Amino acid sequence: MADAPKRFPLPGSMTVAPGTEAAQAAYPYYMQFEPEDDARFWFYNSMHFPEPMTVFDMITAEAAYCALGASNTRVHSLPTTLGIDYRIINGRVYIGGNGVTDPEEIARRTEEFQKRAYYYYANWERLYDQWKDKMRTLIGEAEALPKLSLPEFEPLEHVHAGRGVASNHFLLDTYQKTLEGYFRMWHHHFEFLLLGYGAYMVFFDFCKKAFPEITDQTIARMVAGFEAEIFRPDEEVRRLARRAVELGVDGKFVDRATPDDILASLEQMGEAGREWLKELETSRNPWFNVNVGDGFYHYHRSWNDDLSLPFSALPGYIGRVKAGENIERPFDRLVAERQALIDGYRDLLGTDEEREAYDQMITLACRVFPYVEGHKFYCEHWYTNLFFNKIREFGALLAEHGFLAASEDVFHLSHYELEAAIIDLMTSWSNGSPPRGLKRFHALVAERKAAIEVWSKMETPPALGPVPDIIDDPAIVMLWGITRENLDRWLGADEADPNEIRGFAASSGVVEGPARIVKTVDEMGRLEPGDVLVCRVTNPTWAPIFQKISAAVSDIGGSMSHAAIVAREYGLPAVVGTGDATARIRDGQRVRVDGARGIVTILDQVAT
Amino acid sequence: MTQDAIISWFADIGLADRPAVGGKGGSLGELTRAGIAVPPGFVVRTQAFEAFIRALDAAAPLRAPIEALDPADLAGVAECTRAIRARIEECAMPAEVRAAVLSAHATLCEDQPDTAVAVRSSATTEDAEDASFAGLQDTYLWVLGGETVLRMVRSCWASLYSVESVCYRRKHGLPEEGVAMAVVVQRMVDARAAGVMFTRSPTTGDRSVVTIEGAWGLGSAVVSGEVTPDRWVVAKITGEITTRDISDKHIQQVPRAGGGIADVAVADDLRKAPCLSDAELLALKDIGLRAERHYRRPQDIEWAMDRDSGKVVLLQSRPETVWSARDPKPVAAPAANPLSHVMNIFGGRR
Repeated sequence: MADAPKRFPLPGSMTVAPGTEAAQAAYPYYMQFEPEDDARFWFYNSMHFPEPMTVFDMITAEAAYCALGASNTRVHSLPTTLGIDYRIINGRVYIGGNGVTDPEEIARRTEEFQKRAYYYYANWERLYDQWKDKMRTLIGEAEALPKLSLPEFEPLEHVHAGRGVASNHFLLDTYQKTLEGYFRMWHHHFEFLLLGYGAYMVFFDFCKKAFPEITDQTIARMVAGFEAEIFRPDEEVRRLARRAVELGVDGKFVDRATPDDILASLEQMGEAGREWLKELETSRNPWFNVNVGDGFYHYHRSWNDDLSLPFSALPGYIGRVKAGENIERPFDRLVAERQALIDGYRDLLGTDEEREAYDQMITLACRVFPYVEGHKFYCEHWYTNLFFNKIREFGALLAEHGFLAASEDVFHLSHYELEAAIIDLMTSWSNGSPPRGLKRFHALVAERKAAIEVWSKMETPPALGPVPDIIDDPAIVMLWGITRENLDRWLGADEADPNEIRGFAASSGVVEGPARIVKTVDEMGRLEPGDVLVCRVTNPTWAPIFQKISAAVSDIGGSMSHAAIVAREYGLPAVVGTGDATARIRDGQRVRVDGARGIVTILDQVAT
Repeated sequence: MTQDAIISWFADIGLADRPAVGGKGGSLGELTRAGIAVPPGFVVRTQAFEAFIRALDAAAPLRAPIEALDPADLAGVAECTRAIRARIEECAMPAEVRAAVLSAHATLCEDQPDTAVAVRSSATTEDAEDASFAGLQDTYLWVLGGETVLRMVRSCWASLYSVESVCYRRKHGLPEEGVAMAVVVQRMVDARAAGVMFTRSPTTGDRSVVTIEGAWGLGSAVVSGEVTPDRWVVAKITGEITTRDISDKHIQQVPRAGGGIADVAVADDLRKAPCLSDAELLALKDIGLRAERHYRRPQDIEWAMDRDSGKVVLLQSRPETVWSARDPKPVAAPAANPLSHVMNIFGGRR
């Protein structure tokens, strides 16, 4: 077979796993593959959706691609690309670009682009400030949504006030506002994103041409902003560690103690304990509104929902404070280092002309980059946590009324089905008859949970359909790092050394150590100092555990992912976006992580 | 002739002295003055060579017969040059030259007779850097004793009259009058590891990286290609070591008792071990950058690390020529509207 031409399977040749057909059919029709799709190229969006998607969670793809497409196609008029199409099969999300190739059309779109995008670039700071206000307003509105309740009788004050609208109506109202807010949030998310990445890529390309051997992470360090909100959660944990020592309550923070135990014992400590708890509250709101994933799954809970992650980091930080170490982020030093990098590479350029072009590009990249780093805190973390928790409230209400066995089951309904269940409940509350859907929803949830189980054990091809000659879509290159070379590598993956795993070089350095496979936050407690963290997705909210580990390896993420940024800041080698490190490395195996080359080598050899 | 006309110490010369001390000597002097460590030494200036040749010419014509040679007549050239080389290697050297070299050598060796030196030819003309100009590579390693040094100095001088050199000069019609050779005599470093370093990438021309190659023992094994060296790429600005290719270094060159060098097998546990630590690589990179800054051009460097002290010295630093000779096309030009650079990404021209 070695001589057969290599290509990806066609979508039409993919089969839905036996027994999961009904669960597959639960996804809306517009996400299903159809025969015409065989003519197009699709790739598995493992970066954002590394695990099978529950039918409710697909709202993230739906809302995000609606907004991304609108921004590219209609708002900024990117000359060579429209939006992203998406499909789902066996719980896996495949996406494809809509390139524009007709030169006349590109010219027409370019003219529009320069009226729109250039305006954004020229007025970036003002529009970004305005963006933050819009996001805070949106977050405020989501927080202000009423608690769900169906009292036996309408509260008397509502009656006397002549409100004239009963409580059941507010279920629908709140639900629709919840969805509306989420869809709106994604528009905000993409308002600047492609333009921000684009300006960064301009500088990136320049550096790669001027310095062919420069590493991706060096370029990333030149534009890194250090005030970005995404660093704050970790900074708050450090602050809390320092305060614990200052208040003399640090003795309560011992490895393996649960957050509840610690909180309870602080409560009993009197003044100092309560003082620290007050500090904790300041940190939590808003900075613990970060989730432990990338915000694309309902089960990526926030620090506020589960304090175990920040608390697991406290003993380490406290130890360092007590050892007299300054653990605050060395902001001035980081800024000085970045400036030294910018100046150093500038000096190496051959001509003043090049230096002038370099200045123009780095200036723009540094102006726009704070958005690229900062937006995630507001969008994928803070707002998304609020959204999923509101849906969870609906789940609790439906569970209370017998629709579901548990509130989490709500995520196995589509948002259309959920609205139907809410209206069923509203009707039942209003007319005194039992809800109609009780059996129906229990059965659907069971079927879909079983399907997710099946799908999560299945391999899925990295791409489907004919490989295009070139990948010229800036959105796909920028956001997913998909290039023709990557596709060729995927196609040739069978020939690779079984002991070598390749990914993006995210943070340089070479380290050897025992691999610790951490698939969920609960498993973080198993990390010992010096371990190499091997995980599906790393995330900046995992930052506090970076003090413990010697290197990080992830299945998903690019060299600009926040994981990579945090690893660089901690000076740890990191290889991200390996695709399958958690599947290929066994827990406890010794590995070598070469963060400059993006290679992880399994040292306890696997038999070939 | 004064001692100063015959001998120059490295600290007293620079690139401007090339006509009298040759390229290698001028470069070693320049590095010494720039505060970059090189093994101490001196140059036997071209005046010494000229005094000797003049004396030989006076005894029996030496240069005129060369100018009469036909470069196509290889047999004739071979016969004539063999006789000239024999005279240079055997006839008495002017007494003041002999005395000055021996005295400088004694000073260099601090009167320790077992101090080893290297004797290296140092050509004076641009043409001499052409690979076809034989004599360029004449380097005698681990030379012991003043008399041996004098013999090697003569060998360097005689190399100017090799068949290849003479044919080259005749083909290009170069007058024999202008031909001269300086000779470098410098302390030998017993190297634990040695090799070369380029302050820009030899493969991509990237000016932001330093490429370091090295192997165990004396650098001659790397320069001659007898051993595949370890190879690293170090980013100049960040100090990141972005490439590490550690090779199987089966042999190394070491001093031979009684003078000269010998190939010996490398111990099994060292063959595939890196010959430099990360800290040593970074120290070496910094030295390379100092040389580059001093010359304001990317450098092609030979280095050695002392076996006992671990100190790094440079044996040679010359401008990189391959990439510098290319006409570099600017990567980008400034734009009237800085925003228009974004069309490189969004304009679909990739």
